Amino acid sequence: MVAGGSSARVRAAAPPSSHHRRRVRRAWLFLAPMLVVLSLVAGWPLARTVALSLTDATLNTLDEANFVGVANYLAYGPPLDAFDPDAGAYYLYDAEHDRHFVLDAQTGRLTDETDRDHPIVYDRVDGDYVHAETGEPAPGIADPLFQWSGVLADRLWWRAVANTLVFAIASVSLEVILGVAIALALNAGLQARGLLRAAVLIPWAIPTVVSAKMWGWMYHDSFGVMNDILLGLGVISEGLAWTADPHLAMAAVVFVDVWKTTPFLALLVLAALQMLPGECYEAARVDGVHPVTVFWRVTLPLIKPALVVAIIFRTLDALRIFDLIYVLTANTEATMTMSVYARQELIDFQNVGAGSAASTLLVFVIALVTVFYLMAGRVRLGAD
Amino acid sequence: MAGIVFDRVSKRFGTAEVIRNVDLDIAPGSFTVFVGPSGCGKSTLLRLIAGLEDITAGTLLIEGCPVNDVAPAKRGVAMVFQSYALYPHMSVYQNMAFGLSLAKTDRRETDRRVREAARILQMDHLLERKPKDLSGGQRQRVAIGRAITREPKVFLFDEPLSNLDAALRVQMRLEIAKLHRALGATMVYVTHDQVEAMTLAEQIVVLNAGAVEQVGAPLELYHRPQNRFVAGFIGSPQMNFLPGTLAAAGADGVAVALAGLASPVPAAVAPDGQAAGAAVSLGIRPEHIVVGDGVAAAGPHGRIALVERLGSDTLLHVATQAGHLVVAAGAATKARVGDTIRLGLPADACHVFAADGRALARRGATEA
Amino acid sequence: MAIPGRSRPATAAFYAAVAVIVVYTVFPFYWAVNSSLQTPQELFDVTWFPFSFSFGNYAHVFDGQPFGRNILNSVFVAVLTVGISLALSLTAAHALARVRFRGRGLLLLAILSVSMFPQVAVLGGMYELIRSLGLYNSLYGLVLSYMIFTLPFTVWVLTTFLRELPRELEDAAIMDGAGPWTTLTRVFLPLMGPALVTTGLLAFIAAWNEFLFALTFTLSDSQRTVPVAIANFSGASQFELPWGNIMAASVIVTVPLIVLVLVFQRRIVSGLTAGAVKG
Repeated sequence: MVAGGSSARVRAAAPPSSHHRRRVRRAWLFLAPMLVVLSLVAGWPLARTVALSLTDATLNTLDEANFVGVANYLAYGPPLDAFDPDAGAYYLYDAEHDRHFVLDAQTGRLTDETDRDHPIVYDRVDGDYVHAETGEPAPGIADPLFQWSGVLADRLWWRAVANTLVFAIASVSLEVILGVAIALALNAGLQARGLLRAAVLIPWAIPTVVSAKMWGWMYHDSFGVMNDILLGLGVISEGLAWTADPHLAMAAVVFVDVWKTTPFLALLVLAALQMLPGECYEAARVDGVHPVTVFWRVTLPLIKPALVVAIIFRTLDALRIFDLIYVLTANTEATMTMSVYARQELIDFQNVGAGSAASTLLVFVIALVTVFYLMAGRVRLGAD
Repeated sequence: MAGIVFDRVSKRFGTAEVIRNVDLDIAPGSFTVFVGPSGCGKSTLLRLIAGLEDITAGTLLIEGCPVNDVAPAKRGVAMVFQSYALYPHMSVYQNMAFGLSLAKTDRRETDRRVREAARILQMDHLLERKPKDLSGGQRQRVAIGRAITREPKVFLFDEPLSNLDAALRVQMRLEIAKLHRALGATMVYVTHDQVEAMTLAEQIVVLNAGAVEQVGAPLELYHRPQNRFVAGFIGSPQMNFLPGTLAAAGADGVAVALAGLASPVPAAVAPDGQAAGAAVSLGIRPEHIVVGDGVAAAGPHGRIALVERLGSDTLLHVATQAGHLVVAAGAATKARVGDTIRLGLPADACHVFAADGRALARRGATEA
Repeated sequence: MAIPGRSRPATAAFYAAVAVIVVYTVFPFYWAVNSSLQTPQELFDVTWFPFSFSFGNYAHVFDGQPFGRNILNSVFVAVLTVGISLALSLTAAHALARVRFRGRGLLLLAILSVSMFPQVAVLGGMYELIRSLGLYNSLYGLVLSYMIFTLPFTVWVLTTFLRELPRELEDAAIMDGAGPWTTLTRVFLPLMGPALVTTGLLAFIAAWNEFLFALTFTLSDSQRTVPVAIANFSGASQFELPWGNIMAASVIVTVPLIVLVLVFQRRIVSGLTAGAVKG
């Protein structure tokens, strides 16, 4: 066999990377079952939720839903409950002027039927109403009849948004502070580490619903241990209704969440701490640097990447909080979050359209927060 | 037995070309070693033979058949890995039988081959153990045994000894050489260790930056390096290089003018088209430099800057007027740091390299 | 016991802090156990120790409601969810971890973002899907819907694990003639025991604890899982909840989890950090 030169040999005959291509094809085959299931349980329902948010679907009429545009988000017009499907018209009442109107859904023609014998007809021209006979404009005639509707016009939705943000900020910041403290204790190399780690895992292992019930009992206004202790210490003079009092309910919920999820954060921080090089600390100790300074100048910058990831995870988790609040404080306005609001619209009120709109908005808010975090992270990177 | 031919083979990872247009012949039944600095592509070249990497352009032939599109297991090759890559959950026996069971080999035949391989490698008593209960050397034996049971036409070794300690490495080296004689199969071996390459190989392939620098028998590479890279890579301690210019070029040799020397140094090489005045470098191996009183006064001289006593040998680092030279002076030398020493550069030990690194052909240098 | 380089009072303060942390984390569980062992009379008076050691609450949990059935439901749903998730993610993780292909990074990102999805975001569509498949008020409907949070997690963790297995092991298998399926099942799978246990356990806990879907997609008491059953516990009167029974039920469903978590604590910690930190 002689190398080179022979023109009989085929140069680059086979398509290159045939093994690799076969491997990639097999990889997609391996991925396929998981991708099918994941699109079925995540992609499809998400797309359907967005689609349903643009319809007037209710729980019992999912199949015969009509497209209503963005009305579930925000709309201005006659109240939906004034619609009479048989007549194809809205029956409206102007309480201010004590007048009765009929609004034809098809033509948009508004008829003042206060005096049944002499109805006054208004036509809609360029978005304003004018007398059908005289052509004289009738500005503002529909204002008392129409209203803003949709999730974005619902005061309760905005309350839920505010509650969710307050809950997320309060619980995550407390968890970070406590979590770092516990992680530092666990990392201190004391002999109680095993005990401490076990103790810290217990709240994490308890199902959220169960912990909500446990705390609900501890918070009980008459027989709860919380009031008993505080009364015994003389901090309060009479038992507090922790979960029912609108001023206390949010604090009560935050307290339980902090108790339940701080361990998760502590373990993440601990994992980061254990990867730190020991030499840094020995050098600092030799130099006689104060431990607090060491924490701020050495430890914290080193664990910051892990901490930021943990904070993002926890924040996204807190923004979708549902079960703790649903079980601990039921549907009080004081603690209602976006998830609770969306489920209430969707299931309790059977209003699939509005509920789906709220769900979609929740995804939007979470996406916004994620983008904010990513941007804040990048800004910080740039400043370094 | 099977020969391997690379016909203008290239390999790209993305935009990085790691193997450039390699033409190479590996004779059936030969022992070929790929050497080169790390990142030169020697392991990639081996993985191309194995079929673990796809060939981007060109053709690879085994036994005269193009194998670009043949699956690794169907090429009749077996591979021994640096990390042994034994299946941790299988016994030694199962490790060696795994490939055969996948090929649906008859059970009795499988058993025969595994026991035969174990006998060859003297590890019959290890068959029921798990890899974690074996020493490094034993693991390497199992890895080789796994290759033997497949009765391949070609054995591929990817730095198989680099995880072993020095003593074991020597022993395994001998065993691999013995194995080659016993089986007579084609073996391709990748290493960065020169001693392994020189002792094992019938043919050495020196690679640099994805291209073949030179192919040849070990001593041929030592005596007749085709370029400066091979000259510097083969041989330890490394060849000395001194910058100079060609003072005279004739049919019976050339002379190289070096800085600070009154007369040019003659070298027994052909001019190869280089004319007087061309910039060249003069190469000479430390073990070929002559030290002592009989040396002509015209040679380089200088102070000894450093003495390295290796026991079997002594290396002198000498700062001469022509440049820094490392000299292998023998164990008995009494030279000390600070001494001034005269050096002789024998004409038939000198190599001359043109400005582009190409070696001028040496005359009369022996093969042995 | 003293920590080198620290004074005696500092050490004492340190251990006091540890004690506070332990009490803080463990006390609610202690209180549940304490309350569950008390008689209804004792409950109405804050008692720090269950002097009567009454197991009446535990007996009551199982009559009047199908709580035994609920536990079996939860076990069934969680086990099936974990089994299917692991099976599906095993091959997927192999592809994601060991094959370089276009779009892999994007796919991993998509999977990660699904795990960050609010469950409520798919509630409407999921309700419709489950109704149209005829799985409303069925445990299989729960198993299907739980894939949305277990699957991304198991895929992610198994991918990180598989990525760390040495490349030469796979090369050796290829040289031995093993295809991807054989490599996965006969070479990698036997090495993945610890990873499968950890991942499975974490997915099990997630499925066991799930509330929103279970609350929304089941209707009858007999189809409910434990969290919904406990949330819906009601007493004789509408206004007075049977706290003793609730605490007993809570202890029943929590003790096995705590035991599991404590037994596997090292693995759980590494699994949690693998799932999270490497995101």
